[in-house]
Amino acid sequence: MNWEAFWLTVRLAAIVSALLVTIGIPIAYWLTYSRWRWKFLVEAAVALPIVLPPTVLGFYMLIALGSRSPLGRWWESFTGHPLAFTFEGLVVGSLLYSLPFAVQPFAASFGAVDRQLLRAAASLGDSPLQAFRRVVLPLSKAGLVTGVALSFAHTLGEFGVVLMVGGNIPGVTRTISIDIYDQVQTANYSSANQTALLLLMISFIVLSIVYGLNRRPWAVGPWR
Amino acid sequence: MIKLLALLLLIAGPFAAGQEIVVAAAADMSAALPQLAANFTKKTGQPVKLSFGSSGNLTNQIRNGAPFDIFFSADEEYPQQLIAEGLASKDTLYRYAIGRLILWVPNDSALDLTKLGIKALLEPSVRKISIANPSTAPYGRAAEAALRHFQIYDQVSSRLVFGENVSQAAQFVESGNAQAGLIALSHALAPAMKDKGRYWAVPLDAYPSLNQAAVVLSRSKQQGSARKFLEYLRTPEATSVLSNYGFNLSGRDIQTEKH
Repeated sequence: MNWEAFWLTVRLAAIVSALLVTIGIPIAYWLTYSRWRWKFLVEAAVALPIVLPPTVLGFYMLIALGSRSPLGRWWESFTGHPLAFTFEGLVVGSLLYSLPFAVQPFAASFGAVDRQLLRAAASLGDSPLQAFRRVVLPLSKAGLVTGVALSFAHTLGEFGVVLMVGGNIPGVTRTISIDIYDQVQTANYSSANQTALLLLMISFIVLSIVYGLNRRPWAVGPWR
Repeated sequence: MIKLLALLLLIAGPFAAGQEIVVAAAADMSAALPQLAANFTKKTGQPVKLSFGSSGNLTNQIRNGAPFDIFFSADEEYPQQLIAEGLASKDTLYRYAIGRLILWVPNDSALDLTKLGIKALLEPSVRKISIANPSTAPYGRAAEAALRHFQIYDQVSSRLVFGENVSQAAQFVESGNAQAGLIALSHALAPAMKDKGRYWAVPLDAYPSLNQAAVVLSRSKQQGSARKFLEYLRTPEATSVLSNYGFNLSGRDIQTEKH
């Protein structure tokens, strides 16, 4: 069991899901309330990582954000090192890769809030932002927790992007899924087993939280 | 729904066919082997399918029943293990070359490899050095051994990044994300990288010999065709293709730098 890789991955997932709350809420807000006719294009772009192979994202990160691209050079002049093979690189990759897993539950829960309540808040003198903070956010608690939990779990299990841009550096970019891959490839099955089991349990717990929060205890089946 | 399933099965159908031989090969063969296989197919009509990875990964896949007919390893140790486990036929083991480890830098690098040799890695402009993963890739182990041989391992270890196999290590430095790489000569000589950089050949005595060996696997149902392919490998035609990629048995020294 490689605890260094485990805690590194937990740290990565925690940072990514925290950042996704700050980035995801404004995006979800805009997606919910914007009336722009081309909004569906933004929705499609946000959903891309769900269907795109991680290798595509990894490839773009190496090329478009690599040392030879203007964007990569800007990043280097700004931070002093290239994006690939760093923990920050994994954070950036995971942010992109887990974005829909945060934004979609956020937007869905914002959209489910009754607009009458917003009109009531407005009539009582709330600005749209105030109404969002005092009415929409509290009513979207389950959606927010779902988004955070899903992006956390998704980052925890990320493999392809990390394999392509991480460089497998112990303590920096060797995440738990890469560690399991290495253990399996070197036929070190007992260690792979322990780590895989731990990851399986954590993922199950996180998903149980998600489904537990979203269940409707008052739902009645048609057979009753 | 049933129509959809039938359509899916129709699409999936052709994959079930199996007359070709399937070769699992070390990543350093990723440029030479397609050419060899194409020549062989042209000659004999026998189709060959190729699958590349690190020798360690492939060995493990073979142990787990991967349906390969031939295994090309970058280190004879792996085929020997498979022979000992009864998974490969000893009489087919063929050492076809000594693999060469090189230090490669892209054209835009300012490093003077002729003057500095391996010491170029100590320059501050080299922030990341790509090598293959030593736990599964022979070239990764050779790179580590060479760094220790020149007693610079401790100075550069914090700058090492690990490719999943030697091809990925080459890609890391070719794309400029690493500034130098300890990779296979065959990659530097391949068309994809030939004009993009220059290299310094690590002396053969700096790392344990990378004996490249091929072997027919015991589970193969195409023993005859597989053996024929290995026989083809010994022909002058095949040997000359191999030597174009720096693969030869003499291990004789190559040009140390090339522009």
